[in-house]
Amino acid sequence: MIKVDGLTKRYARNVAVDNISFEVEKGQIVGFLGPNGAGKTTTMRVLTCFLPPTSGKASVAGFDVLEQPIEVKRRIGYLPETPPLYPEMEVKEYVRYVGQLKGVAHSELDAKVNEACERCNVADMKNRLIAKLSKGYRQRVGLASAIIHNPDVLILDEPTAGLDPEQRKETLGLIRELAGSHTIILSTHILPEVEQTCQRVIIISKGKLVATDTMENLNSRLRGAEMVAVEVEPRGGDLARETVQQRLEQLSGVSRVVFKEARGQRLSFEVESLQGRSIRAELARSIVSADWNLLELHAAGLSLEEIFLQLTGAEKAAPGGTK
Amino acid sequence: MNLVWIICKKELKSYFASPIAYGLMAFFALIFGYFFYAAVAIFVVRGTEMQMMGRSMPMDLNEWVVRPVMMNVSVIGLFIIPMITMRLFAEEKKTGTIELLATSPVTDLQIILGKWFAAVLLYAAILGISAFDLAILFLYGKPDGMPILISYLGLLLQGSCLLAVGAFISNCTRNQIIAGAGTFVVCLLLWVLDWVAAYDTSTTGKVISYLSVTGHFENFAKGVLDSKDVVYYLSLIFLGLFLTTRSMESLRWRA
Repeated sequence: MIKVDGLTKRYARNVAVDNISFEVEKGQIVGFLGPNGAGKTTTMRVLTCFLPPTSGKASVAGFDVLEQPIEVKRRIGYLPETPPLYPEMEVKEYVRYVGQLKGVAHSELDAKVNEACERCNVADMKNRLIAKLSKGYRQRVGLASAIIHNPDVLILDEPTAGLDPEQRKETLGLIRELAGSHTIILSTHILPEVEQTCQRVIIISKGKLVATDTMENLNSRLRGAEMVAVEVEPRGGDLARETVQQRLEQLSGVSRVVFKEARGQRLSFEVESLQGRSIRAELARSIVSADWNLLELHAAGLSLEEIFLQLTGAEKAAPGGTK
Repeated sequence: MNLVWIICKKELKSYFASPIAYGLMAFFALIFGYFFYAAVAIFVVRGTEMQMMGRSMPMDLNEWVVRPVMMNVSVIGLFIIPMITMRLFAEEKKTGTIELLATSPVTDLQIILGKWFAAVLLYAAILGISAFDLAILFLYGKPDGMPILISYLGLLLQGSCLLAVGAFISNCTRNQIIAGAGTFVVCLLLWVLDWVAAYDTSTTGKVISYLSVTGHFENFAKGVLDSKDVVYYLSLIFLGLFLTTRSMESLRWRA
């Protein structure tokens, strides 16, 4: 459905997207993952024909973005990071206007507007001025206008940015619902969101493609080693952190112990296991048997940055011991 | 064509959803009312003077009222036009809504024509207010209708070409103030260009004064429809809109 081949986008001074290639099949939800400034928005803008690529090819439903932009635009529903809303318009009026722009036939227009508003839960706000809407509702109006013409491909740029947790859940649920009939690319820098919604992920960092894989594969690749956060309070009170650290390091199955911070008597560490080993039980036993207070112990998820480090193999370069 | 009309309608609604349209109409009604009053007052005073002197020269309403008033309107327009065009593209670029238009199956030309038509229609509506004042002339006198229509056509043509230039300037920036001020400077320059004709009779002087927008309006104000002036206005409209499409395109590549 979407084919990107050797795509490069260069701005005046920097390269935003550097030789990226990937394919998305029909009906898939693909998470486009990367830290801020990785080139997600730029890639999406190329796909939506907003920006021309510097080199390389991109096509949607078989139509090239440079050669047949109108055909591509007809098949894409796009929600930019800030929904492009006109504050002086009413919700219904706006969705209708977008429908007209996208070429929805006049006879179907009202039905489609109602349908899109229903699906995105903005039906009760139809006659409100957009200027008076909250951020969450604006996002939903943006989404409603993106699906009005029932596009083959939906491109959503950070659809959950700036929403509260409740709205976030709703939006993601909505996106999942849309999945069957549409091919969806959604960008985010929040990992759990991708885990919940997407079948495949495309990870980019600093304009380069880092990984493209299914969610399960990626998980097993990443979760080989366990990260555990531990907070310990030595009972004697005069115990140096080196003693604690040494004891933890000597446990079998532990590959690395990183000291995080000290708050009074409390010491926090991050313990990483060897590949495929579970170390939480042993850690707890060891600490208790040393007669220290175990205040906290939980599996720490990998942050997006750590995933990048792991995937790019840059962790060897990063100095251990610091945060 | 249908898409042009859709965009045009939306733009017109935006003008009337904000105070811009009403503000400009009120401003124009006030200024035009004053000029009209002044012209009529002068006409009446002159008329009684003539009678007292015993000369009964026929005085022409068109020449004494319509023509000077229309000349004034063509200058007032220079002040109104920047305020109409400054938001056309600059606002959308600032708020990011241009992304909606640029990613919809619409060509650049359709977007530009839609927005420009909306601006022209608003300008026509503003000019329309003056028709109320001129209608009073028909109540109490017998002015010639045709020259009035021709001068309206001239005002509309002159407005349309400056609106096209303004659209181009608005497309070059995302700052409405810059767009407005830039358009105002260009309008002002195009107005005063024919002043050189008064003392510079060389070819350069003639060429420069030919470029003046208001200079070409004089014939229209007299009620004379000269193809030379129409061609000038049409080519300036074309140039303005053409430059806007180029600027739209170049933005995409520079972005």
